[in-house]
Amino acid sequence: MSELLRERALVLMRAPGSFALAALPTLLAVCSALAMFSLFLLAQDVSPLEALRLMFKGAFGSSFAWANSLQRAAPLMLTALCVALPARAGLVVIGGEGALALGGLAAGSVAVMAPSLAVKAAVPLMVLMGALIGGLWIAFAGMLRQWRGVNETIGSLLLSYLGIALFNHLVEGALRDPASLNKPSTLPLPESWMVGAMPGLEVHWGFAFGAAACVLAWIFLRWSVPGFALNVVGGNVNVARLVGLPVDRLVIGACFAGGAAAGIAGAFEVAAVQGSANASLLSGYGYAGILVAFAARQNPLAVIVCAVLVGGIGASGSLLQRRLGLPDAATLVLQGLIFANLLAWEALQGRLANWQLRLSSLGARDV
Amino acid sequence: MTLNRRQFLASGVSAAAAGLLPFGAFAAERKLTIGALYVGPHDDYGYNQSHAQAVAKLKALPGIKVVEQENVPETVAVQKAMEAMIEEDGAELIFVTSFGYFSHAVKLAPKYPKVRFAHCGGLWQAGKDPANVGSYFGYIDECQYLNGIAAGHATKSKKLGFVAAKPIPQVLRNINAFTMGARSVNPEISTQVIFTGDWSMPVREAEATNSLADKGVDVVTCHVDSPKVLVETAAKRGVDVCGYHADQSVLAPKLYLTGAEWNWETVYKAYALAAQSGAPFANMTRGGLKDGFVRMSAYTAATPAKARTAIDGVKAKMLAGKFDIFKGPLKDNTGKEVIPAGTTLVQTDLKLESMDYLVEGVIGSTGA
Repeated sequence: MSELLRERALVLMRAPGSFALAALPTLLAVCSALAMFSLFLLAQDVSPLEALRLMFKGAFGSSFAWANSLQRAAPLMLTALCVALPARAGLVVIGGEGALALGGLAAGSVAVMAPSLAVKAAVPLMVLMGALIGGLWIAFAGMLRQWRGVNETIGSLLLSYLGIALFNHLVEGALRDPASLNKPSTLPLPESWMVGAMPGLEVHWGFAFGAAACVLAWIFLRWSVPGFALNVVGGNVNVARLVGLPVDRLVIGACFAGGAAAGIAGAFEVAAVQGSANASLLSGYGYAGILVAFAARQNPLAVIVCAVLVGGIGASGSLLQRRLGLPDAATLVLQGLIFANLLAWEALQGRLANWQLRLSSLGARDV
Repeated sequence: MTLNRRQFLASGVSAAAAGLLPFGAFAAERKLTIGALYVGPHDDYGYNQSHAQAVAKLKALPGIKVVEQENVPETVAVQKAMEAMIEEDGAELIFVTSFGYFSHAVKLAPKYPKVRFAHCGGLWQAGKDPANVGSYFGYIDECQYLNGIAAGHATKSKKLGFVAAKPIPQVLRNINAFTMGARSVNPEISTQVIFTGDWSMPVREAEATNSLADKGVDVVTCHVDSPKVLVETAAKRGVDVCGYHADQSVLAPKLYLTGAEWNWETVYKAYALAAQSGAPFANMTRGGLKDGFVRMSAYTAATPAKARTAIDGVKAKMLAGKFDIFKGPLKDNTGKEVIPAGTTLVQTDLKLESMDYLVEGVIGSTGA
């Protein structure tokens, strides 16, 4: 049995090759997406060079632009983990938005339940509550899959809708601050609880937290025994069962960890940006996280890079609108092109690998 | 022209006023960059379009440059978008048009004390919020009352429909005004209200409109961010429409009775000219028909002649400041008296801003 495991380990370690090679399809996809985007710009009578220059300037051209991009990337890293961690167990979970909403609500409700808490206890408690509720929500999608055979993609998406409905119901009902007349919100957090910016930067601590979570997830997946076991489950669930791995526990655990990350994203949105749980939380970070995770090919380290990239695209849209008069949809077009190209390159790569396999097996028969 | 606006503005200025420049300064042509942010697309046939249209008019003023950004979510993205306008384009006046942007404007304002942040929604409080943040809002329920009169004359089934986002005070006030306008024509008329749960729910808005039409409703109106889906669905079903936010008559030319529109142009011009000349910043401006903050869509071939006469009559009273919509005795739709006989709540009464009931004649519940 341990023979098998070791062999599997070697295959897993070799298969993705070096990091650079793994990043190749993403880089190619970005390049071809930019080429297509340039055609789109030409069709709009806009100079692609000027537009791309402005995009770069708006995303990474100054310290202000960097802060803008990083600030936007902070929640994306965490919602991307909500996709990337279960993906290691072979699941496609897309319900991060609901987990983020409920995580944010859990964090906001701390201010309702225990408003006199000291800040040192309050902020960790908010993050913890967010992680717990978000984690349970996605873990539930994992349970439905493992125990009831419900497809996790559809299950998590439907649960996300349920979560958002529950969020709205509570924010507009039981947990509503009666003073929030035209914008139903939970009680505002005490001013002292608000999480501020990192020293010397205009980026809140959620960014550091997200990046740390990504690094930890990567270390966990690469160097820990359960992380390794999770990769086995994702690689071939039959092998995992054969060697006696606790498949259900691993899958549900990965879902919990992913959901917890999205829940923490919600908690930071409340604690660092909104100051209370309200409908502004539902701004699509959960869905954008799917794009980030796929662009990162479910690698937590690459998630950091891709989140900054997607955050940068969001930041750059501002200059495109103000200087070139392009509609906001222009950046959506770019995001869509990147996503479509990623899928195309992945598919192409899979097919190439298939051909390679077939060729080599033909060669083997000849010998 | 300029002088009138200044006078008008000065009347709206509350106690806290930011850094004044001498009034006589010859600054009318001073270069000024204005930023505007919208929560949705600028051409949504609704809330955002009403703002974008008014901002577009500012571009014609001498010395004024406008930078805009649409689809800005109510997250930290608002702060960054505003900051980019200030840092990269030198914006000195920013129209922060979405209700949910307020906390972000308040957060950013102390960092840029010379920039004026004008927020739509009326949340600013003297003494609590920064002096370079201000609020403006309009009493559009006056127009919804007039919409109701149009609907009251047009309906044959005596059943009206209202598709609304959330049961919050602003929305309830519109539903109630619309219903009371219609019942001023015929007290047998009722309004069925359907809440979709959020500001932009195209699928549910279409479903709601269809189900209203199925129930025999023959005039609909709404309070959602973009009435486009409702108007188009109503047009398909042959149901009359009263517009909201902006003019939607092109979407249903044969069925559009009239509409309640924002007229932000008045407000924006006043803010722009004040910023340009250095006149004090109006921290709180509000107004209705009489002040030119709201207006009615032009009548169409679908508007019944009787409705035109009736609307013109009430409108004239409103313009003269002699018409109050909410006065006692007024019952809610559970039979409870909400305004006792002899009491009149004028438009500026703050009680109206925490409205939590649906008046008699509305079928539906606030869910609270």
